[in-house]
Amino acid sequence: MEFRKMALAAVASAVGLAGIAATAYADQPIPALVYRTGAYAPSGIPLANGYLDYFAMINERDGGVNGVPLAVEECDTGYATDRGVECYDRTKGTGGGATVYSPWSTGITYALIEKATNDKIPILSMGYGRTSAANGKVFPYVFNFPATYWSQATSVVQYIANEAGGLDKLKGMRFAYIYLDHPYGKEPIPTLDVLAEKFGFTYDKYPVPPASMTEQKSIWLQIRKTKPDYAIMWGWGAMNGTAVREASNIRFPMEKFIGNWWSGGNDAVVPAGKGSIGYKSATFHGVGTGFDAYKDVEAMYAAGKGSSADKAEHNNPLWARGFANAAYIVEAIRTAQAKFGNRQISGEEMRWGLENLDLSEERIAEMGMTGYIPPLKITCENHEGDNPAILVQQWKGDKWEIISDWVPAMTEVVAPLIEQDSAQYASENNITPRSCN
Amino acid sequence: MIYREAGVFKTSYDADMALLPIPMDKYFVIAVTLFAVIVVPFISNEYWLGSILVPVLILSIAAIGLNILTGYAGQVSLGTGAFMAAGAYMGYKFVTAFPDVNIIFGILAGGVSSAMIGIVFGAPSLRIKGFYLAVTTLAAQFFLIWLFQKQPWFVNYSISGVPTAPPREIFGILVTGAEASATARYVFVVCFTIALAWIARNLVRGRVGRTWMAIRDMDIAAELIGIRPLQTKLSAFAISSFYCGVAGALWAFCYINTVEPSAFDINRSFQILFMVIVGGLGSILGSFLGAAFIFTLPIFLNNFFGVLGLDVSTATIRHIEFMVFGGLIVFFLIVEPHGLARLWALAKEKLRMWPFPY
Repeated sequence: MEFRKMALAAVASAVGLAGIAATAYADQPIPALVYRTGAYAPSGIPLANGYLDYFAMINERDGGVNGVPLAVEECDTGYATDRGVECYDRTKGTGGGATVYSPWSTGITYALIEKATNDKIPILSMGYGRTSAANGKVFPYVFNFPATYWSQATSVVQYIANEAGGLDKLKGMRFAYIYLDHPYGKEPIPTLDVLAEKFGFTYDKYPVPPASMTEQKSIWLQIRKTKPDYAIMWGWGAMNGTAVREASNIRFPMEKFIGNWWSGGNDAVVPAGKGSIGYKSATFHGVGTGFDAYKDVEAMYAAGKGSSADKAEHNNPLWARGFANAAYIVEAIRTAQAKFGNRQISGEEMRWGLENLDLSEERIAEMGMTGYIPPLKITCENHEGDNPAILVQQWKGDKWEIISDWVPAMTEVVAPLIEQDSAQYASENNITPRSCN
Repeated sequence: MIYREAGVFKTSYDADMALLPIPMDKYFVIAVTLFAVIVVPFISNEYWLGSILVPVLILSIAAIGLNILTGYAGQVSLGTGAFMAAGAYMGYKFVTAFPDVNIIFGILAGGVSSAMIGIVFGAPSLRIKGFYLAVTTLAAQFFLIWLFQKQPWFVNYSISGVPTAPPREIFGILVTGAEASATARYVFVVCFTIALAWIARNLVRGRVGRTWMAIRDMDIAAELIGIRPLQTKLSAFAISSFYCGVAGALWAFCYINTVEPSAFDINRSFQILFMVIVGGLGSILGSFLGAAFIFTLPIFLNNFFGVLGLDVSTATIRHIEFMVFGGLIVFFLIVEPHGLARLWALAKEKLRMWPFPY
């Protein structure tokens, strides 16, 4: 009896929930799928804080985008795909319809691509998710600018060639590729295969199983024996810190060890202490607090509106990534408002805004983010942007420092792969690629 | 008074052996089933159908599967996630290899492949018992997930390694993939659930189920009265894996729309084990109650603060969610170690006496 009563009460209150969630307001609703809990929280917290800080700064400084305040609503996914889908379903209708989603997880992105396309809500998966979504003809609602994993792999090889003195110097080189044994870590392998054949280098694969990310002794003993010219890493979570520590244990030259942009957070270098000095990683945005817009962030923190508990977090590249992501979103909202009027815009209008995003050097200077984000132009066909490129940052013992210019990706290598994978996707899902003319 | 079985006279063997011999039970279950199939799709919104009911029903199927193995046959398994993955990957292979065959067969093909894999990994149960068996099923969990990630054949050589569940129709209505409406996916899943629960209920009260329970209660005694451990244990593994495989295929096709290894990791195995323990070992109803409890309680707690209008940070809500959830599981297991199904039985017991309890 009591149990039945309890169950009835639970159902009644739950039904009530669904009703209340549907109340409308006129702000621009931006649901934020974050993970402040769970195994990946150390990476998820700075990402979420950077993301929120930019929106909060726009609200605080300008009163929103052209007078439309941004209503950010967090939903914690814990990096789990099913909770991410639930969060998406829960938040997609808030405030008259979600504007855009940045899932911060490749798994959640994959699960949302079709759902969001169907609901006409764009996804901005910045530097993760499905690489072939760069083909806007097959994936109209998914954007992955400013660079994809495959572009990043070619840029890293290009960077190595620059250091060695030219692409022809790559011939005969031997690399070690250390990666998380997961779709994410395996993603650049087809690209590396193409590059290896094209430039005549070889590379050994060292998979790290996700279940034992912190046990890499045997891998690094192997690397000590084979003495590769460079080590390239595609890691995430606890794997990054372990790899850098093991590399310093075997006295691997740190300046020859290059991580991808998810291996370039403070979590990768702090555990190894002084041993990690010199470690490099790719990034697609600047790092640190030395850009003009940061003054407004300072002002906001002085007013007590910031989301980080400790401002030291702002030197973490992951905070910068969340911040840059939000900046792109705000610029896309501005683009959409220029066409549709300064009001709350819908997901479909936001898609137009993202697709017609054109960030020039001047605009970036106005935003106070020169050198922090690259100029960018998105088109209907190309959702990765017109010049995918990376920066290389190096750990100096207390902070990251950008040590290279923008290293462009070899689009002539990546484009056919994107074409091939998106064509396979389109045929499996009976999609006719739209025309962009 | 409200619930009674007095005055029910059975005049034939058929009536005595009916699935639900008490008319009240029978009408109640029929009413709930009809309500679930006919009324729910009309009164629920997309969020409730697509994000709550569909996953709960799918997890119920997996929980029934594990309950057959652990609750009825007494074989502890930590490989549920892997068997679900087997169903999802093999279902995907079947559906893409034979695009014209009805999707129902695709889902069932996933279940059958999973059953065969279950037999292979169930073989050690003939020599190993209890916790040791749990460890060997853990091997299945790690091996299968590794295999599906390692061999590009399982994902049709997709470069990304995470293929999308292809859209398929029944009677011209899309039931899988993202474009399928929540209602269509719900009705598709609920039909599977009802059919599988009905089969499971009949299995466990028949000869097969009785041999499982005999093995569970004392395997030497069961052997002495003529029950063959080989067939019994392997049939439990096969049928359990079949259920898990169907659940995995439905999870990939009707819920998350992608065939993704991380959806079937070790945490999924534990989640389903908790459902079975909290719901009630050796009870079909318990599988449903456990699945609903374990899946919806965190979401309910998460929504709860938002509705109250309290300004609590997202991280705090999630931490409270974990604490309350953990606390409630401990509370339930202390108050009622036989699970939610036992609470239901007690409720019926009380209703029988009401309003004159002694």
